[in-house]
Amino acid sequence: MSLAHRIIPCLDTDGERVVKGVNFVGLRDAGDPVALAARYNAEGADELVVLDIAASRDRRPTFLETIRRVAAELAIPLTAGGGIRTLEDGRAVVRAGADKVTVNTAAVERPALISELSREFGAQAVVLAIDAKRVGDHWDVMVRGGRESASRNALEWARIGVAAGAGEILLTSVDRDGTQSGFDVTLTAAISGAVTVPVIASGGAKSPAHFVEIFREGAADAALAASIFHDGVQSIHALKQFLASHGVEVRLSC
Amino acid sequence: MKITILDYGAGNVPSVERALQRLGVESHRTASPECISKAEVLLLPGVGHYAALVRALDEKHLRAPLIGAIHRGVPFLGICLGLQVLFRSSEEASELRGLNLLPGIVSALPPNVKLPHMGWNQIENKRESSLLSGIDAGAYFYFAHSYAALDSNATTATCSHGAEFAAVIEQRNIFAVQFHPEKSGDSGVRVLQSFLRLAA
Repeated sequence: MSLAHRIIPCLDTDGERVVKGVNFVGLRDAGDPVALAARYNAEGADELVVLDIAASRDRRPTFLETIRRVAAELAIPLTAGGGIRTLEDGRAVVRAGADKVTVNTAAVERPALISELSREFGAQAVVLAIDAKRVGDHWDVMVRGGRESASRNALEWARIGVAAGAGEILLTSVDRDGTQSGFDVTLTAAISGAVTVPVIASGGAKSPAHFVEIFREGAADAALAASIFHDGVQSIHALKQFLASHGVEVRLSC
Repeated sequence: MKITILDYGAGNVPSVERALQRLGVESHRTASPECISKAEVLLLPGVGHYAALVRALDEKHLRAPLIGAIHRGVPFLGICLGLQVLFRSSEEASELRGLNLLPGIVSALPPNVKLPHMGWNQIENKRESSLLSGIDAGAYFYFAHSYAALDSNATTATCSHGAEFAAVIEQRNIFAVQFHPEKSGDSGVRVLQSFLRLAA
């Protein structure tokens, strides 16, 4: 009896439509976040993340409506984010039906954002997203969608973020993201060992073996992926059966 | 039957409402002392900081009507913080008074494990439980908390994360769960169903 390792599909949206990794999903409307959310909920996903990767101010009401419609499909936790800059942004996302809020660039620029959200909603509702890129013997924090270095050590930033009130780290390896060559085990193990909160590994997932590896060797508490789930290559249920057969504790729904 | 959801201004109340709606039950949320006093069935979903819940109960004058209703035998279901507030106090804000409907206090989970205790975990039945009837022994529930009731004689099922703690509490008309049934897939739905059946 122990905490199960979580499998988390991620919907990268432009506020309204899923815009990444949707080649084929076997759905009439491949880019519809609501249809995907319903499918993942039924397939045994442990949580769902929905991100507004465009994060433009004028499309924010559209994204909030997307959160409302996605949340209505779920009997599992929902995390939402992308462009969260203020406590008020966080409030809007929670009111729309998210259980947790992710912060990234704005938290790097103003770490007090983490404490503000944590004070209002509790640490369990604040997910610090860190995009990390290897530079020499350490990892740098990247901001603005992984394009720009914040000239900050990722390990240190993770510790600072947790001290400020983040209850979870969503760690994306910029080096691995999109490569399908597997999660970054070294990075994830380093961050997981440096903080006291759960770590969600992200970036590079392709095969079920990658998931076994990130839980066993990367000390990840959860693993997130997008395209391999969206394009129908990997069903969440089959992935969990694979993990269970390799001795990784997961929640298998019947 | 109509469920009154005590909405103190924090947390994801819509997800609880939707879960009840799917079960075909009417609910309404309120922060009015009168509505709490008149409630047939009470539900208190809580997330976030213990202090925020306790302060809201006092500022909105909900403490007395809530305790009164529970004393009168109104079926009550507390979720997460809604379980913790039933005790005398919590280490999360030890200067504040809880509802003191159950003896004991709420403690911090030990720091030798990752906190918050976040994710899906299994529970262990300790006593005859009406809330867990029809639920498989290996069922998983979704937890998200760092504090817990470690030692309550009203416990019917426990969970373990660094320490064993109360996952389900049942005492007369008081029911409470540390996990989130509204986020716990089919197992969570069954717990809500059991509560509704007991409350009817």
